[in-house]
Amino acid sequence: MIHTTIEKIKSYKNGFSINTKHKLIGWFFVIPGALLIFSFYFYPIIRAFILSLQGGVGNNLRFAGLFNYKRLLQDGLFKQSMFNVFIYLILQVPIMLSLALILAGILNDRTLKFRSFFRTAIFVPCATSLVSYAIIFRSMFALDGFINTILMNLNILAEPINWLGGPWTARLLIVIGLTWRWTGYNMIFYLAGLQNIDPAIYEAAKIDGASAFDRLTKITIPILKPIILLTTIMSTNGTLQIFDETQNLTSGGPANATLSVSQYIYRLSFEYVPRFGYAAAIAFVVFIIVAVLSFMQLKVGDER
Amino acid sequence: MRKEKIFRASKYLFLISISFLSLFPLLWMFIAATNKSVDVLAGTLFPGTNLVENFKTLTANTNLYRAMWNSFKYAAVTTLASLLVSSLAGYGFEIYHDRGKDFLMNILLLSMMVPFAVIMVPLYMLFGNLGLLNTTAGFALPTVSTAFLIFLFRQSSRNFPHEVIEASRLDGLTEVGIFFRMFIPIMRSTYAAAAVITFMNAWNNYLWPLIIMQKESARTMPLLISNLTAGYTIDYGVLMLAVGISILPTLIIFLALQKNFAEGVTGSAK
Repeated sequence: MIHTTIEKIKSYKNGFSINTKHKLIGWFFVIPGALLIFSFYFYPIIRAFILSLQGGVGNNLRFAGLFNYKRLLQDGLFKQSMFNVFIYLILQVPIMLSLALILAGILNDRTLKFRSFFRTAIFVPCATSLVSYAIIFRSMFALDGFINTILMNLNILAEPINWLGGPWTARLLIVIGLTWRWTGYNMIFYLAGLQNIDPAIYEAAKIDGASAFDRLTKITIPILKPIILLTTIMSTNGTLQIFDETQNLTSGGPANATLSVSQYIYRLSFEYVPRFGYAAAIAFVVFIIVAVLSFMQLKVGDER
Repeated sequence: MRKEKIFRASKYLFLISISFLSLFPLLWMFIAATNKSVDVLAGTLFPGTNLVENFKTLTANTNLYRAMWNSFKYAAVTTLASLLVSSLAGYGFEIYHDRGKDFLMNILLLSMMVPFAVIMVPLYMLFGNLGLLNTTAGFALPTVSTAFLIFLFRQSSRNFPHEVIEASRLDGLTEVGIFFRMFIPIMRSTYAAAAVITFMNAWNNYLWPLIIMQKESARTMPLLISNLTAGYTIDYGVLMLAVGISILPTLIIFLALQKNFAEGVTGSAK
């Protein structure tokens, strides 16, 4: 018994052959996962690029060169959908992330009463699916819906606002919805980051006479910088890909004022006469934009 | 001192109003589910007596049980398969890491940058050719292996004590045995976090099933409630009941396992 154990230790300590064997076994652990990602993420990207060089309707595809890319430069709906998602991005991401940061700052205070209640309450929208909350918001903000009724009963409004009928009120609804759904989610990231900061730093800053605002801008934000960067990239990517909300809250309307790029790709492929090649060209442009924006944000984050 | 007090009071006021805004839409949904459509539109804020009636209308007009079962089946299969595949990979990438595997991991991480809208058309064509439309495998396969989960498990494998591996090897356990008998039981909390997040994502997935679940009998809950808004006149009581039913399972999981959920969300950020 003891002998075999010693043998084993010896052979283990000899090391090299066993080590190589282990590294080989390791490949069997990682290959299934890697293969699936290659099949369902990387292969489709290459297919999307090839598809984008093809023209035609349905499955009748033939090589068309850069025709699809030239076409999208003149496509009003494509430009409109791009404009819409960038409006969401510019309005919503800064509002949501600042709100999340402020909330995390307040909730990080251990002396706060009902701390876990507030945390749960603000985090709870994350438990709802995007479709569900989009439909709740759509119902609340309907022309004859709850919000208008209440505002009129309180004599704040004389006439109902057609939230879903005006281009800017409809866009505003998307922004409100996104902020409601994702603020708590981002707050959790900041809270996790704040837990790594020693409270003594804040005590010292207080003694030195730093105001709450100073503590936020001079201590909290610099320490949280990597997490702020991460949440910015995630929110940017998420917003550029928005689909569920514009589909279910506003149905892309009124007159395509809330149509998102993902929704336009979906319509081109599955609702209108299917033009897979053209849809793939738009998709590929979105891919490039997402990649470039993420890269730029990483660069900016590195420099500061 | 007075200034401090006002500051503190305004903090609480701010938190209370934000919490109210967060909770109100959900509260309103549950209230609306118990009321008639006319009362919902009249702005009632009290639970009504129409819950049973709404439920009857809902089950008469839609295939609710089928959609619930489909959603549950798809989400459960996705969760089990993805925990197995992703944790195997995450463990492999950390424990047996060498240059080649580190490089491969970096390549896989790039897949997080791929927007779903970009790959959905080729994926749809691929799954059509493979005959996977309207199937559980078709639902699950694109999300069985995700860079996010592999990364999460790779990070948590760092906390897996090396002594355990060495002791198990001396005891004659195979490498696969170590993973199943040692790693999985010790890393229960990481698995719980990953399970919560994967199940909720699968349960809530909308765009992918919208594309591949073309048969009525293969539809999921998000598709069912989305379809309910298509009519010209909407019964808000029934609609909110359907939304409530689709939210309830994830809400319960969320409230029960909030800590795991938060861990899963932020896990890969550490």
